[in-house]
Amino acid sequence: MTKKTRDHHPGDKIFFYSLRVVAFLTVGIFLLMVLSIGKMSLPALNKFSLTFFVTNDWNPIEEIFGALPFIYGTIVSSLIALIISLPVSIGMALFVNEVAPRWLAAPLGFLVEMLAAIPSIVYGLWGLFVLAPFLRNYVQPPLGEHLGFIPLFDGPPLGVGMLAAGIILAFMITPTISTICREVFSAVPPVMREAAYGLGATKWEMLKLAIFRSSVPGVGAAVMLGFGRALGETMAVTMIIGNVPQIKLSLFEPAQTMASLIANEYAEAETSLQLASLTSVGLALFLVSLIVNGAARFVIWKNKDSYKV
Amino acid sequence: MTFNFLNIKMNLLKLLFLFFAFGICLSFAPKSFASTQLINGAGASFPYPLYSLWFKTYNKVKPDVQINYQSIGSGGGVRQVIQGTVDFGASDSPMKDSEMAESKSAIHHIPTVLGAVALTFNIPGYNGDIKLTPELLVGIFSAQIKKWNDPRLLVENPSLKDIKNYIIPIRRADGSGTTAVFTEYLSKVSPDWKKKFGEGKAIKWASGLGGKGNEGVTGLVKQNPGAIGYVEVAYAHTSGTPMASIKNKSGQFIKPTLEAISLAANGVKIPDDFRVSITNSEDPKSYPISSFTYLLIPESMPQEKSKIFRDFLKWSMVEGQALAPNLQYAKLPLDLVSRVQKKVDAIVFSTVIKTK
Repeated sequence: MTKKTRDHHPGDKIFFYSLRVVAFLTVGIFLLMVLSIGKMSLPALNKFSLTFFVTNDWNPIEEIFGALPFIYGTIVSSLIALIISLPVSIGMALFVNEVAPRWLAAPLGFLVEMLAAIPSIVYGLWGLFVLAPFLRNYVQPPLGEHLGFIPLFDGPPLGVGMLAAGIILAFMITPTISTICREVFSAVPPVMREAAYGLGATKWEMLKLAIFRSSVPGVGAAVMLGFGRALGETMAVTMIIGNVPQIKLSLFEPAQTMASLIANEYAEAETSLQLASLTSVGLALFLVSLIVNGAARFVIWKNKDSYKV
Repeated sequence: MTFNFLNIKMNLLKLLFLFFAFGICLSFAPKSFASTQLINGAGASFPYPLYSLWFKTYNKVKPDVQINYQSIGSGGGVRQVIQGTVDFGASDSPMKDSEMAESKSAIHHIPTVLGAVALTFNIPGYNGDIKLTPELLVGIFSAQIKKWNDPRLLVENPSLKDIKNYIIPIRRADGSGTTAVFTEYLSKVSPDWKKKFGEGKAIKWASGLGGKGNEGVTGLVKQNPGAIGYVEVAYAHTSGTPMASIKNKSGQFIKPTLEAISLAANGVKIPDDFRVSITNSEDPKSYPISSFTYLLIPESMPQEKSKIFRDFLKWSMVEGQALAPNLQYAKLPLDLVSRVQKKVDAIVFSTVIKTK
C-alpha cells in the first residue's frame, strides 16, 4: 500500500489528530501546573531568593522559611524505600515469572498487585499502630546496641521516624516496581531463554544472562516510577515520620518530607508568605522529581549498549 | 452483519433508557428541593460533631430548613466567609481585625460552645495524677525539662521520683486551632515563651514529635513511653488517655471537666462582639486552657436567610446547648447565653450585598 492510498481514509487522520491533541494536552497540563505553582511561589522566592532551597529554618511565626530539611527528608526516605524494595521486587518478579509453579504464581502476582490498591491512609495507620511499636521494641534497641557506632543507627528508639517512613514507603512502591518488572521480564523473547539453555546455562545463569541483562532499561523505568511514588507520597509518611524539620544522620530520628509539610500546613496557613513558601516547597518537589528522573534516564541511555546481549 | 446491527440496536435502546431515567430524575429533583431553604457553611473541625447533630436535629424541628456544614478547618472557614462563598463560617479563634477589614460585609461572632486543650500523657507504671503549672508546661514544651523525675516536676508531683523516662513532647504537625489556643495560653503566662516561640496555628517547636490531627497526637502519646501531648478535650475524653491537672490563675489545680471549662467564660470580661480569649481565666474553679468556638455570621444576606439564622441561633442557645454535654462540649454559662440571645435579636441584617 502506498502512502497516497492510506491518506484516503479519513478515520486514520482523525485518529492521528486526536492522539496528538491528547498528547499535547498532557504536556500542556504539566506546563500549566509548573507555571501556576511557580507564579504562586514568587513572593517567597523573591523574599528568600534561592537560599530558600538551602536553608534550614522553618518558622511560621517569624516568617522565615527554608526548605532544605524537607528536601533531605524526602530524598532520604525515598532512598531507604528503594534500597529495601528493589531487591524484593526484582526477586518477586523473577520468582513469579520464571520459578514459581503456575498454581502459585497467579495468586501470588495478584496479591502483590492488591498491595497497590490499599489506600495510603491505611498504610499510615498500620505504620503508626503496628510497625512503629514493633520497630521501637524489637528492631531499634538491638540495632542501636550492636551497630550504634555507625551514626545511622545511633539515636533514640522512638519507633516513628525516618526508618519507619522508609519501610512503609517500601511496602507501597513494591507492587509498582515488581509488576512492571514482571512485564519487562516476560517481554524477553522465549528464544533468548532457549538459547541460553542451549549454551549449557543453568537456570540461574539463564536468568542472569538472558532475562536480567536485557531488562535493565525496563527495570530502570520501574525504579523511576516507584521512586516517583515514594517522593510524592503524603498521607502515610505524614502519619509516621514524626514531622520534625531537621537534618540528622541517624535513621531513628524523626524527619519531615516536602509532601507531608504541604499537607500539614497548607489548609491552615496564616500568612500569604507562608502559603507562597508552601507552594515553593511544591515547586522544589517538582524539581527534585525532574532531576532524579532525568539523571536516571541519562544513566540508562549512556549505558544502553552494554545491555544488549 | 446482523449481529452488529443487533448490537447497535441494543446500545441505542440502552442509551434511550438512560436518557429517560435521567429525565425522570431531573423532573423530580427540583420539586423536592423547592420548598427547602438551603444554607451552606464551612469552617472549624473541632465543633463539627456537635454542629452536624445540631443541623440534623434542627432539620427535624424545621423540615424546610437544611443546613450543610463542611469541616474544612478554622482558617478555611474564615477565608470562605470573607470571600462570601458560604452563608456562614465557623472558627475556633476570633477573626483578626485585619481579616474583618478584608470582608465586604460586617461579620458577627456568635460563641456556640466552649472547648479546651487537654494535656494527655503516657507514663509506664504510673497511674496517678500529674499536676502541671504553666512554668512546667513551658519547661516541657521548650525542652528545658527533659526527664519525668526532674526536680522541678517533683515539687508538685513527688510520686514521680522513680520514673526515669525521658519526656517526649508530642504536638500537632498540621496547622490547627488547638495549637493556636495552646500557644496563645503559653504566650500569655510566659513572656519567655512569647519571645522564643510565639503563638499561632503552627510554630517552630524546640523538640518532640509531630502527629497529624488529634488522632495522630493521641496515637503517638499512647505508643511512646514518657510522652505528653496536647489534644482537644472532647477527643481526649473519647480516647480515654489520662489528662493532667493544670494550675489556673488562682493557684488551683483543675482537670478539664465540662463544668471547669464553662467556668472559664465567667472569669473574663467579655466584650459585646464576643471576640476574646478566655485562657488563663480569673475564675477560681476554671480550667485555664479553654476557648470559645464561634459561628461567623455575615451581616448582609437575603431576607429569607437572615430570618432562618435568627431562628436557628436562638434555638442553638436553648435546645442546642442541651445537646452539647453528651458530645463532651462545654455549655455557655447562662448569663452569656442571655447576652448572645439579646445580640441575635439586635443584629440588623442588611439585604444589600456590597461589592468591593
